Amino acid sequence: MSGLDFLTTRLETALGWGRKYSLFHYPFITACCGMEYMSAACAHFDIDRFGAGLTRFSPRQADLLLVVGTVSHKLAPVLKTVYDQMLEPKWVIAFGACAVSGGIYQNYAVVQGIDRVIPVDVYIPGCPPRPEMVLDGLMKLQDKIQHQKQDWRWAKKP
Amino acid sequence: METRIQREARPESMLINMGPSHPAMHGTIRVMLELDAERILNAEVEVGYLHRGFEKTCENKTYFNLLPYTDRLNYVSPLINNLGYAMTMEKMLGVGVPERAQLIRVLMSELSRVSDHLTCLAAMAMECGAFTVFLYMMKAREFLWDVIEFTTGARMTTSYIRIGGVRADLHPDWRGSLATAVRETRRVLKDVSGLLDKNSIFLGRTRGVGVISKEDALSYGWTGPCLRSTGIPYDVRKASPYLVYDRLEFEVPVGEFGDNFDRYRVRMREMEQSLRLLEQVAVLIPDKAPITGEPAIEPAEAIRVSRRQKTAARIRLSPNLEGSEKARYADLLTRDRPAAPGSAACGVVVPPKEDTYTTMEGLISHFLFFMNGHGIRPPKGDVYFSVEGGNGEVGFYIVSDGTDRPYRLHLRAPCFHVVSALEQLIKGRLLADLIPTFGSMNMIGGELDR
Amino acid sequence: MGKETLIDEIRTKLGEAVEGVLESFGDPVLTVRPGSLLSIMVALRAAPFDYAVLLDLTGVDFTAGEGRFELVYHLYSLSRNVRLRLKTSLPAADPRADSITGLWKNADWLEREVFDMFGVLFTGHPDLRRLLTYEGFEGHPLRKSYPWRLAQPRIPMKDKV
Repeated sequence: MSGLDFLTTRLETALGWGRKYSLFHYPFITACCGMEYMSAACAHFDIDRFGAGLTRFSPRQADLLLVVGTVSHKLAPVLKTVYDQMLEPKWVIAFGACAVSGGIYQNYAVVQGIDRVIPVDVYIPGCPPRPEMVLDGLMKLQDKIQHQKQDWRWAKKP
Repeated sequence: METRIQREARPESMLINMGPSHPAMHGTIRVMLELDAERILNAEVEVGYLHRGFEKTCENKTYFNLLPYTDRLNYVSPLINNLGYAMTMEKMLGVGVPERAQLIRVLMSELSRVSDHLTCLAAMAMECGAFTVFLYMMKAREFLWDVIEFTTGARMTTSYIRIGGVRADLHPDWRGSLATAVRETRRVLKDVSGLLDKNSIFLGRTRGVGVISKEDALSYGWTGPCLRSTGIPYDVRKASPYLVYDRLEFEVPVGEFGDNFDRYRVRMREMEQSLRLLEQVAVLIPDKAPITGEPAIEPAEAIRVSRRQKTAARIRLSPNLEGSEKARYADLLTRDRPAAPGSAACGVVVPPKEDTYTTMEGLISHFLFFMNGHGIRPPKGDVYFSVEGGNGEVGFYIVSDGTDRPYRLHLRAPCFHVVSALEQLIKGRLLADLIPTFGSMNMIGGELDR
Repeated sequence: MGKETLIDEIRTKLGEAVEGVLESFGDPVLTVRPGSLLSIMVALRAAPFDYAVLLDLTGVDFTAGEGRFELVYHLYSLSRNVRLRLKTSLPAADPRADSITGLWKNADWLEREVFDMFGVLFTGHPDLRRLLTYEGFEGHPLRKSYPWRLAQPRIPMKDKV
């Protein structure tokens, strides 16, 4: 069935291309990294050039969860709820050292990395990361989206 | 787990939660509202979603090590937090700061203050719908951050202002980048003024909204631009001048009614005053640091020179980022402390690298600065010192028990007191009034929750 | 207003209620007994002292060495541009103090924070509950007896990938 394989590969590429260049992100902003997120999103280091410029302030409408800043134990259930409310396909970027691993805070109040709560696709280290690093991380995510197995659920028969 | 507002709510009203993750919540704060159609009957504010254990962490770190934690408090004006901490420690240790370092500190403080106000007003305007204002102000902020970055190495959390002075000297072309930053910020302020000052939508949302009286503001412990918007001209830089502020000319703008628009205008005019201060300081800082002796060289060259067997020249690194901690200033103090038996007297600054790597005494003093149990050990007692931050009076209260770690370190956060008044300010108003009111308060989570 | 005259004024006007007056790195500090705290605060807020602003309220845990909690108040008088620090010691076993929410409105949140971090109870506070930590958090983080790294997660944490 090589004809069908050729079609599905082309379709997967097309789906990947479409998904990676039209990311609607939900900025889950908590702390200092939010300032660098604002810089990355604004005119100087435009994130809109990568197609990820539109911010959706509802998890139902977003497909990229950008966890920006420190997540404390008080906030962890909220993060889980927001992640659960998002629809497939969804990706998560851990932005900043605190989201990646707890950062400089290793104490009673801080979750040591959001991958203890939700699965993470791309980690962007830095305290705070420069906007260029943010864009680099976004490009890595776009690579990942392009090459991952695309979600065919709407095509499968029950 | 019923909250107070759930207990007190009337059965016919609607409870709305503006959750910790919300675009207009400036980070993480939860506001629970009891609504009757659009009118807010009752409000409850829940904070603590960014509580990162700053004060407990500081009890476990040495005085030198905890400096990066202070950056992350008010993270839109991090150098002012550094400054507050450094000056509190200098008060406790009795250490003086060289003149050039004081001027550089004022320069960095004012740059931070302008970026704080820019961020606050940009976010407030964006939430009211003026997205262009946000983009313009972020553009101006980039120029300011360029100046900070070329000198300190980092755009935001710099850990640049240290106990005893600053980390390194200004970068070689600081006058040019500072002039560009001031010019661009002035242009942006003019544009934003034109966009918002007489804008009927903006005025409708901010004039007469979120009004607080002078007595209430004082009773809530408000300081900074929010207090000045009610008409009380309290500014720590004028009331108890520190650094060189008593020699500089600037005004303290005050508002009249204590509403959102006054807070916006006070911040705009404060930015103009800060730009004025920047220009004055730029004139006062001499071009060359008072250097005595041989010319300064870069580290790579220093390594090459030190390897030559027969060199008798004394190596001296350049005072910018690449180089030495030790100021080339004649009056830098190394404190006379009751030194432990057998140890060399160590100071409050990191010993210069060129001595550390070339002489035995330098190496010893380097280790004595960094070893556990040694280093900066202030005398027993407690001290409080405050500086004027972007939000008001930033105070540090430090209790020392004579060891190298603080026994207790407490931050007097200005926006803690401002936000505690939010429930009163929005009661009885419409839901949409909450957004500009909260935006004009400039809540910074790192400072509020510590 | 010189510091000596300020301290003398306080001593003469408040007299017996004040336990001690000292100076710490140039700042005037009053120590008072917990029982007379409220009356001294009322007197300080009124004329002629006129301390209109409660800048800060915090606690220090001296239970290990000296068996007490210390509450530290910072007051500021706008009209006279002077600051004052007030300290009072509470017993470690049952730390209670009077609430000053009737005098300054920000005492509400400040006292909630001290309760949260140290476990000090304020009698007369309208709504004393945790502020910075969450309901279900056991213990008081800033006490020296609370381990620095003891986390109490609200939802189960997965193992590190």
